[in-house]
Amino acid sequence: MNETQKTAISVGIDIGSTTVKVVVLRGKEILFQHYERHYSEVRPKTVQVLSLAKEVLGEEPFTVAISGSAGLGVAQAARLEFIQEVFATGQAIEELAPDVDVVIELGGEDAKILFLTGGLEERMNGTCAGGTGAFIDQMATLLAVTPDELDQLSLKHNLIYPIASRCGVFAKSDIQPLLNQGARKEDLAASIFQAVVDQTITGLAQGRKIEGKVAFLGGPLFFFQGLRDRFTETLRLTPEQAFFPEWRQYSVAIGAAMYAAENDEETFTYATLLDRLEHSVNIKSQKHVLPPLFANQEEYEAFRQRHARATVAHRPIDSYSGRAHLGIDCGSTTTKVVLIDEDANILYQYYSSNQGNPVDIIRQQLQQLWQLCGDRITIASSVVTGYGEDLIKSAFSVDAGIVETMAHYTAARFFCPEVDFILDIGGQDIKCFRIKNDSVDSIMLNEACSSGCGSFIETFAKSMGYEIADFAQRGLMAKYPVDLGSRCTVFMNSSVKQAQKEGATVEDISAGLSISVVKNAIYKVIRARSTEELGENIVVQGGTFLNDAVLRSFEKELGKQVIRPAIAGLMGAYGAALHGRSLGLERSSIMGPQELEHFVHTAKPTVCGLCTNRCNLTVNIFSDGRRFISGNKCERPLGRKARKELPNLFDYKLARIQALQPVPGPRGKIGIPMGLNMYENLPFWHTLFTKLGFEVVVSDLSSPALFAKGRYTIPSDTVCYPAKLMHGHIEDLLEKGVDTIFYPCLTYNFDEGKGDNHYNCPVVAYYPELLYANVEKLRHVRFLYPYFGVHRSKDFEKHFYNFFQQEFGPMITRKEIHEAVQAAYASYEQWKVDLRQEGQKALAFARENNLPVIVLAGRPYHLDPEVNHGIPRLIGSFGLVVLSEDAVSDLVEPQKVNVLNQWTYHSRLYNAAKFVTTQPNMELIQLVSFGCGIDAITTDEVRDILETHGKLYTQLKIDEISNLGAVKIRIRSMLGAMEERERQRKIRLETKEVSG
Amino acid sequence: MSQTNTQNTQEQRPIFTEEMRKEYTILIPTMLPTHFTFLCSILNQHGYHVEQLRNESRSVIEEGLRNVHNDTCYPALLVIGQMIDALKSGKYDPHKVALLITQTGGGCRASNYIHLLRKALKKSGYGYVPVISFSIGGLEKNPGFQIGLSLLDQLLYAVMLGDLLMLLANQCRPYEVEPGSTDALVSQWIDRLVDFLNSQKVVRYKAIKQFYHEIVQSFAALPRQGEQKPRVGIVGEIYVKYSPLGNNHLEDFLASEGAEVVVPGLLDFCLYCVYNNIHDRDLYGGSLVRQSATKVVYDFLLKKQREMLQVVRDAGFFTLSNFDHTATLAKGYINSGVKMGEGWLLTAEMVELVENGVNNIVCTQPFGCLPNHIVGKGMMRAIKEKNPQANIVAVDYDPGASEINQQNRIKLMLANAQLEKRKGGEA
Repeated sequence: MNETQKTAISVGIDIGSTTVKVVVLRGKEILFQHYERHYSEVRPKTVQVLSLAKEVLGEEPFTVAISGSAGLGVAQAARLEFIQEVFATGQAIEELAPDVDVVIELGGEDAKILFLTGGLEERMNGTCAGGTGAFIDQMATLLAVTPDELDQLSLKHNLIYPIASRCGVFAKSDIQPLLNQGARKEDLAASIFQAVVDQTITGLAQGRKIEGKVAFLGGPLFFFQGLRDRFTETLRLTPEQAFFPEWRQYSVAIGAAMYAAENDEETFTYATLLDRLEHSVNIKSQKHVLPPLFANQEEYEAFRQRHARATVAHRPIDSYSGRAHLGIDCGSTTTKVVLIDEDANILYQYYSSNQGNPVDIIRQQLQQLWQLCGDRITIASSVVTGYGEDLIKSAFSVDAGIVETMAHYTAARFFCPEVDFILDIGGQDIKCFRIKNDSVDSIMLNEACSSGCGSFIETFAKSMGYEIADFAQRGLMAKYPVDLGSRCTVFMNSSVKQAQKEGATVEDISAGLSISVVKNAIYKVIRARSTEELGENIVVQGGTFLNDAVLRSFEKELGKQVIRPAIAGLMGAYGAALHGRSLGLERSSIMGPQELEHFVHTAKPTVCGLCTNRCNLTVNIFSDGRRFISGNKCERPLGRKARKELPNLFDYKLARIQALQPVPGPRGKIGIPMGLNMYENLPFWHTLFTKLGFEVVVSDLSSPALFAKGRYTIPSDTVCYPAKLMHGHIEDLLEKGVDTIFYPCLTYNFDEGKGDNHYNCPVVAYYPELLYANVEKLRHVRFLYPYFGVHRSKDFEKHFYNFFQQEFGPMITRKEIHEAVQAAYASYEQWKVDLRQEGQKALAFARENNLPVIVLAGRPYHLDPEVNHGIPRLIGSFGLVVLSEDAVSDLVEPQKVNVLNQWTYHSRLYNAAKFVTTQPNMELIQLVSFGCGIDAITTDEVRDILETHGKLYTQLKIDEISNLGAVKIRIRSMLGAMEERERQRKIRLETKEVSG
Repeated sequence: MSQTNTQNTQEQRPIFTEEMRKEYTILIPTMLPTHFTFLCSILNQHGYHVEQLRNESRSVIEEGLRNVHNDTCYPALLVIGQMIDALKSGKYDPHKVALLITQTGGGCRASNYIHLLRKALKKSGYGYVPVISFSIGGLEKNPGFQIGLSLLDQLLYAVMLGDLLMLLANQCRPYEVEPGSTDALVSQWIDRLVDFLNSQKVVRYKAIKQFYHEIVQSFAALPRQGEQKPRVGIVGEIYVKYSPLGNNHLEDFLASEGAEVVVPGLLDFCLYCVYNNIHDRDLYGGSLVRQSATKVVYDFLLKKQREMLQVVRDAGFFTLSNFDHTATLAKGYINSGVKMGEGWLLTAEMVELVENGVNNIVCTQPFGCLPNHIVGKGMMRAIKEKNPQANIVAVDYDPGASEINQQNRIKLMLANAQLEKRKGGEA
């Protein structure tokens, strides 16, 4: 820095995704700093904040530079110097804190890390890694607290829940059920901060150690003590190492100002800069705009009147006496209550956000209802549905529960008896089902990735400073709705950012968001190709459809009119009430006014230690001493006698794999990581190496702790969870003191003759390469990852002999190798034979006892309890016999398919599906790992095979998250449909017998 | 229960017959505009009527989203979307149109594009439109479309001339005195070369070699000015690497940011495919005769590449390495057994760029690309470790990814490039 730079004034403007920051510097001295939220009014806000610096700037000439994700557009329009924000941070640190080794900067939606010593490296979060500041805001809304309160709460935590750290949406799906189970907000708040920390470490550091002096920058780290604590603790930093500079939320603006001082030639005065900026305000450049929702007010009026017709009669509750039926829908974010008379007229209704505490809200509602009912009205039945079904049912002695899908169908049928398609967009999820022959024919729920849905619009509205109703209203008359794409909320966030950069108005963004939600539903969840596919009589419901902009977008996208009941947000509760009406009860067992008066509910979190799943349980204790446990994946912690264990191939397979114990041998230990294809190939390699005198040591079963151990070396955050776990398995082997690890690359799998080829997928085939390149510790041990072709046994033997000689010396004969290889193939064959036999046994058992069978079809590594999250056992707990795809895939001739059938694992899926179509009382559930690109191909094909033969298709997407709530709904809905089909089949048989 | 079967549809696909050859228009997707222009005119000369699609509007993506599973990779979505958009455009008689798509048959899901296209056509009511698989291995047969030796020979020239023009244009465009003069020269050459190819029954290699010299000289004579701009290499999944539609016009963006773009040629990818066929037998066993025959092809191609690049080097232009050298560069990073998708070549190309002084690299991939988890993002750490000067940014492309997000990351990489340059200047 030369003399003039030390005395000259420079201005740095940082326009991020949510705020504008302006800093005025003289040399290193900060003369002025200010920040404000811009609520997407980027340019006017910048001008406004700058005007506050007027006095400081005076008439002096200065240089200026702009930075930040939303600053690019402004810089271009105003022809000002632009500097990339990570680069700006680097500049600021270099000048102000040159002894810092690592910088972690969290912004509204970006997260960045800079390694300054030992090789400069700067990273930003990938496109899938979600926001941070905005994420915390969203989570605070979810807990119904302000971000500051969230911070305060977090300081009083006792325990931290594992919350998926990859992206905001995933974390949300983890937190919601915990909330509904009654977990403490203090603990959740800290867990949210921990998720941000984990995300930073996994997504950004990617294998590089964060050590030395670490500077923490950006708004969230400025405001949240709890977040700072989590970082310091997780990274084990001493107070000297953790550096939280005073100016941490202005670092980018400071860096920009410094850059301007050094590089910029053009100087401004306050007046000329303001003129330049103000002049740029009017420039509009929008790329993707969509046609407006309504051409004019008249069109909107006609639309409103048409929809006003789908209504239910209301009857004043004080004018009624007699029997009534209560329906409760305890959803993920909202609670709905409906009371109807015997003629299904609504006597009372309630719809509200559950503020993170549904139990309390229901209690208040019930008290109010009892008061309104007085002696005139008898509550004859009560039924609860939704995420909180079990908890509410148990807390208030509700008569019955009904699965959400059936509740919605019951309600929709009431409005439109011919309904053949129902679409429900709620706060957290999208549900849609086709109706055929009076029963739910197929059910589609959104996958974890595209959730967000309704609550997304709501949180977005709030973050921009609007109430949802007002925000939606603004969208209706938008002239140029922005095209935001149809992906997950994280993508929408950055698309919105782009729209802001291009000068879109709040109106345009509001309309664009509605259109996106609709497109998400149609193209990602329903996967419709033509509107005819959806059916003739479509009923839409769920709170999100109360938003006219969403409803209009849907009709426009479909090109046809649909029915939206006036009580679109109450359909679950209304359906539950209708269901109650059909139960024929005398008087409901629901908790009375006296008991409610003294009702107290406390929730205590704990970890179940009864099996390796180590579920996070919430023990709810009610005032009368009753306990309700939630969060469990099986019945064991409930203390009930487990029902007789039904055959479950997943248990069998896992036991078989675990029975392969190390046998001490003269050649020492060889380690094998227990994941991916090892779940199937271990019998082969175990025999091979044991025969050759090695003690085969396998890593422990996967667990969240094991995952955490290895996640710091994961280079690609979008790869599937089973692959990510491999990093933990390597760490585990190293901890076991193994100095030789064997994990071969297998381009080809065993050839089972079922398809056109027998490849492994690229990730299974080559993950060892990635491990070696990214896990530094592997360089210090012997990591063997040779290329083998197990599909050609003779060539394999030859290659293995060469490999062995090269790696372990010449003290081996061809005969020894030959025998070991023969034994390995035999052992693998035996494992396959046993598996098929066990499958037959299970099938026979099911037939004898007339039990329904589920073929749970996925990949060998879905056997990993940490990957399947206990789903096989959960399915078993519904009284079903569970088979695996590889136990039945040899029972039919190879299935011909419409795609290139070239992967061994996937060929099995097609065959298993074909087998299921030949069997009564049997359905298939496909397990799909999030991020599996190949399953984008197989799922459609498996669905085709099943549906053309009249079977149901159910898909469960699994990832790091272990929220089984959605899984339960799917399974129960499927069982409902199975029962209905079975009932109709019997009716058909009976009528046949009668007529025949 | 309905007994309609999903079976045997593979046999039922509409075949591209001899008769169709005369009256059908064959549509090919946008990928490498220069190369594909050659490809079209050569095929046209062989009695086909081929047209390269140019539609790029938002409706291409919309059609893709509507017709392909949304988790399928972005290239499939774009290629299929573009074709269906074209069929619906009214520009063509769908009953007189066939579609051409490449098929490699590797372990990557890209081998399934053709099937996904057929499924999409069927569901959109175009099930009768024949789809031709363009693969050297001949995964599917179509009597009306066969690649004979002479055609293959000419297609090879198309690839080489395309690579040559791309290589030279990239080095002239950022410095041209008269805006647009480089692209004008490229079109002139395409016209002239196409005319030439059309006029020859059998194209002689000698004549092509003569053209090399003329082409290189004409570019050398193009008036240029200004100091050397930082070079930025583009590697990645083959479609998003090359196709402006796939990578949001990445080359234009880099140029507007003051960079000189370096894109490895298509011939390298062809050589990579051939190389893998040879290597497969070393790893897993198989027919020796086939391996030897493949080696002959490999050597033939290699020689052609060497000769072309030499002409370029002699004229003082920049080139990357000959493929036999590129093939050695993966060593120490990744085994050349990694052959799915762009496989080891992607890693090798990044190393090759750095070795040739192109430290700034954009590694492009479709969101969630399976092979690139390993060969792209998976190898960056190792590459940076051994080459600290490497400045690599990974950019994901998909229908929902916002341009600003991509551009911001590329800008970070460029800012670092500038910093390196400044530091280098100080030292």
